[in-house]
Amino acid sequence: MSAGIDLDNVCCDFGSFRAVDHVNVSIKPGEFFSFLGPSGCGKTTILRMISGFTDPSSGVIRIGDKDMKGQRPNQRPTALIFQNLALFPLMPIWENISFGLEVRGVGKTERRAKAEELLRLVDLPGAADKMVSQLSGGQKQRVAIARALAVEPSVMLLDEPLSALDLKLRQHMRAELRAIQKRTGVTFIYITHDQGEALAMSDRVGVMSQGKLQQVADPRDIYNNPSNGFVASFVGENNIFAGTVGAVADGMARFDTAHGTFRARVNTTSGKDLKLYVRPEHTIISSFPGAENSLPATVTDVAFEGNFISVHAVSDSGATLMAELRNDGSSAIPVTGEKLHMSFAAERASILPDGLTRGE
Amino acid sequence: MTEKLRRTLYNIYMAAFLFYLLVPLALMGGAAFNDSKLPSVYPWKGLTDRWFIDLWNDETMWYSFRNTILVALAVVLLAVPIGTAAAIVINSISGKVRSVLYGVMVAPVLAPGAVIGISTILFWNKLNVPTGLHLSVLGQVSYIAAFVMLMVLARLQSFDENLEEAALDLGASHGQVMRRILLPHLYPAIGAGAAIAFFQSIENFNITLFTRGTSQTLTVYVFSKVRAGITPSINALALLLILVTFSAAVIYEVRRRRAATIEAAREAEARRADEAGII
Amino acid sequence: MDDLLRRYGPTLTGAFMLLTAFWLLMLVILPNITLFEASFRPYLPVVDVGGPKDFYSFNNYGKFFANSTDTDIFGMNIPLPIHVKIFFGTIYYSTLVTVITFVVAYPLAFYLAKVVSPKSLPTLFLLLFVPLWVSEVLRSFAWWIILALKGPLNAILLGTGILDQPVRWIMGYRAIIIGLVYTYVLFMVFPIYNAIQSLDTNQIEAAQDLGSPWWRTHLRVILPHAKPGIASGSVMVFMLSAGSLLVPALLGSPTSLWFTQTIQQWMLESQDWNTGAAYSFLFLILCTCFVSLVMWVFKVQLTDIAK
Ligand SMILES: Nc1ncnc2c1ncn2[C@@H]1O[C@H](COP(=O)(O)OP(=O)(O)O)[C@@H](O)[C@H]1O
Ligand SMILES: [Mg+2]
Repeated sequence: MSAGIDLDNVCCDFGSFRAVDHVNVSIKPGEFFSFLGPSGCGKTTILRMISGFTDPSSGVIRIGDKDMKGQRPNQRPTALIFQNLALFPLMPIWENISFGLEVRGVGKTERRAKAEELLRLVDLPGAADKMVSQLSGGQKQRVAIARALAVEPSVMLLDEPLSALDLKLRQHMRAELRAIQKRTGVTFIYITHDQGEALAMSDRVGVMSQGKLQQVADPRDIYNNPSNGFVASFVGENNIFAGTVGAVADGMARFDTAHGTFRARVNTTSGKDLKLYVRPEHTIISSFPGAENSLPATVTDVAFEGNFISVHAVSDSGATLMAELRNDGSSAIPVTGEKLHMSFAAERASILPDGLTRGE
Repeated sequence: MTEKLRRTLYNIYMAAFLFYLLVPLALMGGAAFNDSKLPSVYPWKGLTDRWFIDLWNDETMWYSFRNTILVALAVVLLAVPIGTAAAIVINSISGKVRSVLYGVMVAPVLAPGAVIGISTILFWNKLNVPTGLHLSVLGQVSYIAAFVMLMVLARLQSFDENLEEAALDLGASHGQVMRRILLPHLYPAIGAGAAIAFFQSIENFNITLFTRGTSQTLTVYVFSKVRAGITPSINALALLLILVTFSAAVIYEVRRRRAATIEAAREAEARRADEAGII
Repeated sequence: MDDLLRRYGPTLTGAFMLLTAFWLLMLVILPNITLFEASFRPYLPVVDVGGPKDFYSFNNYGKFFANSTDTDIFGMNIPLPIHVKIFFGTIYYSTLVTVITFVVAYPLAFYLAKVVSPKSLPTLFLLLFVPLWVSEVLRSFAWWIILALKGPLNAILLGTGILDQPVRWIMGYRAIIIGLVYTYVLFMVFPIYNAIQSLDTNQIEAAQDLGSPWWRTHLRVILPHAKPGIASGSVMVFMLSAGSLLVPALLGSPTSLWFTQTIQQWMLESQDWNTGAAYSFLFLILCTCFVSLVMWVFKVQLTDIAK
C-alpha cells in the first residue's frame, strides 16, 4: 500500500529564521520523489515535518488525503531513514528490523520470521544474529531499509542515506534502492544534495534553495529546461552570459551581451538579471566560426576527465568558456594556447531569470 | 636531560608514588596477622588469626555492618533514579537555566559533609522527623545523586538522539523508547553510578555522624574503635574490606576488557567487510 | 522543557521533573535555607521555641569572636578569638595541603597522560584507584599506625641511622597534613590528567621542535592547557581537606583543632544546634568564597570544574 502526500503552503520558522518557505507540492502514490538542494536549504526540515518530528508553522500536510495535524510520529504511516541510519547498536540485526513489530506487540516467532523475510528482500540473508557494529556500510544501509519496511509504511522518507558511502557503493545502492522501491511500490521521498543521485533515481525532482521550492519536474526537464538560473547551475555546469533581451519570436529571443548578440530560447522576459545559460557539452569547438552564437577564443586549459575532456578557454572579448568533448576519438583534442571558435545552437541555450533573487 | 633519562626518572617517580599509596594499606592489613596487642607490624610478634576470630565474634561490628549495608542500599535506590532523571533533565535544557541548575546540583559535592548533615537534621527536625539512619540516607543522597547525575550525563552526551526518534517513528510509545532504547544505552553509567553510590555511602562519615542519632554504622564504629582502645581486629576488618573492594574492582576491569575485546573484533569484521567490498 | 516533552512525553517528563525537584528542593535548597534561618535563633528548650525568647539575633555568630587568646602571628603577639584562630588555621593548612598535592600530582598526571604507554594505563589506574575504594577512616588509621611513636616509620629512620631520636609525628598540624595529602592527592591527579590528556601531543612536539626547553614547554603550553583541571583539582582538594573531620580527629592533637571539630563540638557535645548552624553557615560562606576566588583567578566556569 502506498499513499500520496500533499504539502500545501507549508512554512517552518525557527525563531525569526524561515527554514521552509511556502512549499507546495503534490507527490503521487508510488512515486520516487527527490528533494534536491544545497546543504542548509531546508530539506531535512521538510522530511521532519512529514514524519511529525517538527510541526509546520503554517500550511497543511496531508498523507493519503488525511490531514496530519496533531498526529505524532508514531501515529503516522511513514518510516524515516535517518542520515546516519540510527540503527540500534545494542540490538542484534533481527531485533532492529522487527522493532516496529515488537512495539506493536507481535510475538517473537512471528517477528523473527518477518525479519528473516525482510533480510532476504534486501539481499542480506544470514545476518539476523549479527550486531550492527559487525556490518559494512552497505550492509547497514540495507538493514535500515529493512527496518523501515517492516512496519509496512505507505511512505518511506530517506534523508541522504547514501552520503556516507564511497563512490562505488553509492552507485550500486542507487540501483538497489530504486529496485526495492519498484518491488514494494511504496512512495519514496528522497533527500539529497547530489544532483547525479536525484536525476538518476527519481521519477520527479523538486529543487530547493533557501527554503523555497524552485522547480518540480522530471529529471530530464530539470536538466534540459531549468526554470531559473539557480536550478540550471545546481544540476550542472553552464557558460553564462549577462545581457538584455531583444526581439522575441516563437519562443526564441535575441540577447545582447558584452560578448556579442546571441539567439536563445526564452520563457519569460520579466524579472531583472536575465542571463543566458548554455551547457558545456552543448558548446561546440571548431576551427571555423559557427553560423550563429559563435565566439573566437583561446584555449587556456585542457583537463582529461576519463570519459570526457573538458576544454577551458577565454574568448577574445574576455569571457571564460568551457566545453566538453566526449572521449570517443571522433574529434581532435585541442591544446593549450590554440586559437579556435566556440559556438552553440540557439535551441540548446536558455535565457533564464536568476532564481535566488526572484520574489514570491 | 636526554629523553631516555627523563623517561627513567618518570618511571621511578610513578613507582615511588604507587609505593607511597599502597604500602600504608599493606602495613595496615599486615598488622591484622601480628600477634601483638597493639595494631602494628612492628615489632613483629608472630603470626596469628585471633584478630579475625575476635572480629567474627564482635556483635556490635555485625550490627553496624548490617546498618551500613541497609543505608547503602537505600542510598542506591534513591540516588540512582534521582541522578538519572536529573541528568536527562539537564541534558535537554540549555542556556542560563541549565548553568544555574547544574550549579545547584554539583554544589553538594563540594559542600562539607558536616554542613550537609547539620542542614539535613535541622530541616527534617522542623517537619518533626527525628534523627536516625533514615536521615543519613537523605543527607547522603543529596550529594551522591550528583555523582550519578555526572556519570549518566557523560554517557548521555554520547547518545545519538536520532535513535529515540527512529524508535518513535517505528511506532514505539515514549515508555517503550525509554525502556528499549535510552535505558539500555545508559545501563553502563547507571551500573557504575550505583556502584559508586554504594561505596560512597559505605565510606561516608561526616554526614552520618551528624544525622545518625544513636545508631551505628561501620565507619562510625571503626572511628570510635580507633579513637578508644584499639584492637587489631580493626585491622582484620580493614584487610577484609580492602580485599572485597579490590576484587570488585578487578572483576569490573576484567569484564570491561572482555567487552572491549569483543567489540574490537566486531569492528574488525566490519572493516574487513568494507574492504572486501561486501555490500 | 519543550524538548523534554517532545522526547519523552508527559508522563515520563513529569516523573523526571518530580525526582529532580525532590532532590533539589527537599535535599539541597530547603535544608540550607533552614540552616540559614536557624543560625539566627537562640538555642532553647522545646517549650520555649516560638515563645518570647525565640527571636532573631546575631548572638550565635558572636560566639565565634569570644574567648580571645594571645596568638603568635609572624612574630607578633595578637589577641585572637580561639575559634577565629582555628578558622584561619583550617584555611591556611588546607591551602598548604592543596599546594603540596598539586606539586606531587602534576608530574604524575603528565606521566599518565603523555609519557606512559597507553597499554599499561588500565592497570595503573586500577592500582591508583585502590586507595580511593578504601574508606577514609581506614586510610587515616593506616597513617596513625605508621606515624606512631613506636611505629614502623620511626623504626626505619632510627634503624638506618637517619634519626637518633624517635620523632613524635602526631603533634601539631604535622600528621594532619600528611594524612590529608595522602587521602586527597588522587583528587588532584585525575582532573589534571583529564585536562592534559585532551592536549594534542602535536602541540608539545611543535613546541619542542621550535627549540623550547622542557620547562618552558610545560610553562607555556601544558600548564595553561591544564588550567581547568588544576582549578578543578584545587577546589576539590581544598574543600575536602577543609571539610574533613576524620583526619583531624584521628591524626590531630589537642593543640591542632580543625574548624569542623568546633562545629562537631557545638552539635554533638553541647547539643546547641543553632550555634552549630551559625558555624556551618560561616564555613559554607568560606567555601563559596574560595571556590569563587579560584574560578575567578583561573577564569574557569563551574561547568569546567565538576568533571
Ligand atoms: N531545530 C532547529 N533550530 C534552529 N534552526 C534549525 C533547526 N533545524 C534546522 N535549522 C536551520 O534550518 C535550516 C535548514 O536546515 P535543514 O533542513 O537541516 O537543511 P538541509 O537538510 O537541507 O541541509 C538550516 O539553516 C538550519 O540551520
Ligand atoms: Mg539535512
